[in-house]
Amino acid sequence: MVGSYKKPVKVILSIILVIGGLFAGFPIIWMFCSSLKANSAIFAWPPKFFDETDSLASYAAVLTDSSKMRFFLNSYIVAACVVFLTLFIGILAAYAFSRFDFPGKGLFNSLIVSVQAIPPIVLLIPYMGLIVAMHLFNTYFALILTYLVTTLPYCILMMTGYFNTLSKELDEAVMIDGGSRWKALWSILVPISIPGMVSVGMYTFMQAWNEYLFALTLTQTENMRTVPIGINLLMGQHAYDWSQMMAMSVLGSIPVLVLFIFFQKYFIAGMSSGGVKG
Amino acid sequence: MKSIGKSTTPYRYLIPTLALLIVFLVIPICMVVRYSFLDNAVVSPDPVFVGLENYKTLFADAQFWGAVKHTVIFVVVSVVAHLVIGMIFAMLLNTKYFKTRTKTIARVIYILPWVFTASVVAILWKLMLQPSGIVNYLLSFLPQVSQNTEWLSDQNIALAVICFINIWCGYPFYMISILAGLQGISEDLYESAALDGATGAKSFIHITIPQLKPILISIAMLDFIWTLQSFNVIWMLTGGGPVNATEVLSIYIYKLVFQKLDYSMGGTTATVLLIVCVIIAIFYVRQQKKVRE
Repeated sequence: MVGSYKKPVKVILSIILVIGGLFAGFPIIWMFCSSLKANSAIFAWPPKFFDETDSLASYAAVLTDSSKMRFFLNSYIVAACVVFLTLFIGILAAYAFSRFDFPGKGLFNSLIVSVQAIPPIVLLIPYMGLIVAMHLFNTYFALILTYLVTTLPYCILMMTGYFNTLSKELDEAVMIDGGSRWKALWSILVPISIPGMVSVGMYTFMQAWNEYLFALTLTQTENMRTVPIGINLLMGQHAYDWSQMMAMSVLGSIPVLVLFIFFQKYFIAGMSSGGVKG
Repeated sequence: MKSIGKSTTPYRYLIPTLALLIVFLVIPICMVVRYSFLDNAVVSPDPVFVGLENYKTLFADAQFWGAVKHTVIFVVVSVVAHLVIGMIFAMLLNTKYFKTRTKTIARVIYILPWVFTASVVAILWKLMLQPSGIVNYLLSFLPQVSQNTEWLSDQNIALAVICFINIWCGYPFYMISILAGLQGISEDLYESAALDGATGAKSFIHITIPQLKPILISIAMLDFIWTLQSFNVIWMLTGGGPVNATEVLSIYIYKLVFQKLDYSMGGTTATVLLIVCVIIAIFYVRQQKKVRE
């Protein structure tokens, strides 16, 4: 009886599962298929997933175009610096939050939590003047420093939580042996916290790699543009080369996709702990 | 001496963070608020203090209220749809009817839309929504659907299309959070409810929803704040058009500042948006504290 009751339920749920998969995955499959087609075949009617024009020509065109490769180089430089600095500065702050009680702790904490609520467009208005005044306009530093503001809070909150789970006796043992707090942090706490750092680092990389608004306004020349802006620039050109735009989109998504697929566990753990901006 | 050294220690660890947040957060916010009280801020060498004059102008501007209306529609539709779809998918991934392997693969596919950057999302949907694109092709199998719909340049439907795209790339965050919540609900609760004859819809209403309530409220509030700030995908797909049909507050502000160079009115609108976001954030922080207690 139970079996015969369960079977139709399973069929219905399977249908929903497949429809959901198509809703989520079809656009992505279509992007990939379009990137293989010749531009003339993009709007063939009826559309096909694969056709005789399929080739890697668009990928070759993107990969051999030095101005487009420059977008990738810029994105890697900015994202790598942001990840490194976020972890370094964030770990210092997290150590203070986790190991000390001090006047103003509550206020600092509120300040850090509140960053998530500040609309980027609000900060962007004064950034224009500020970044120009600091002679940082159209440089990597403009992007790195402004991205840190959005990536640090998550890092500090996550690493504080992580350090709180580690016993204070660990750092006291180092200090009894004559070591400093600084040494305790870097030689004991940080090595144990690598899983937490991987999770935070991944998110930070993703945020830095995907950021659009600041990159659009705080850089100006093509040699300073990052991948999201590069893709957007392709969209603005007069003759739409859809095939190349899709190839560029696929290539631009690969770093984040690779991280996502290999570090799924960390990814999901971080995502469900909340407070991560998509 | 030692006690002084001890008491400044935590602050020394906080110096880099504090310096960064003061220069790139506190000062900029003060600057924006200041712009909102000035006439011709930034553009003029000595702007005049005009009190609340800019706010009066803003609240009398029909285009501003249009942007408010679009933002409210966009946010409410997105948040509700995210919640419903996230819930359905999370429950689907939590059923006992599928093998673990099937569920793992489905979960990866379901999260995918969230991984892509805004410009990829924008360009991808632009391709699919072209008049001769795949969406119109698929719809041509349905009866009574006009074939060459211009999805992004028809001012009657552009906002709905933008909402749909935002729903597509935003629900995975809900799905994952709800899934974590579902896995945290004890089986015993369902078993004892089943003994009382409550299964299916009843146990969903009386156990699942109340147990998930804190998570649902938290993520909905976060999403509310984030969606209120949306800019990227809309800017790339429609630029706020056609005829301002998709102009949300962020776009209204961006156009004021970066196209009309009106820092005063831009700052005024930004301050209003900031106040709304901060109010919701205060409720969010309170909610988080309640959850922890």
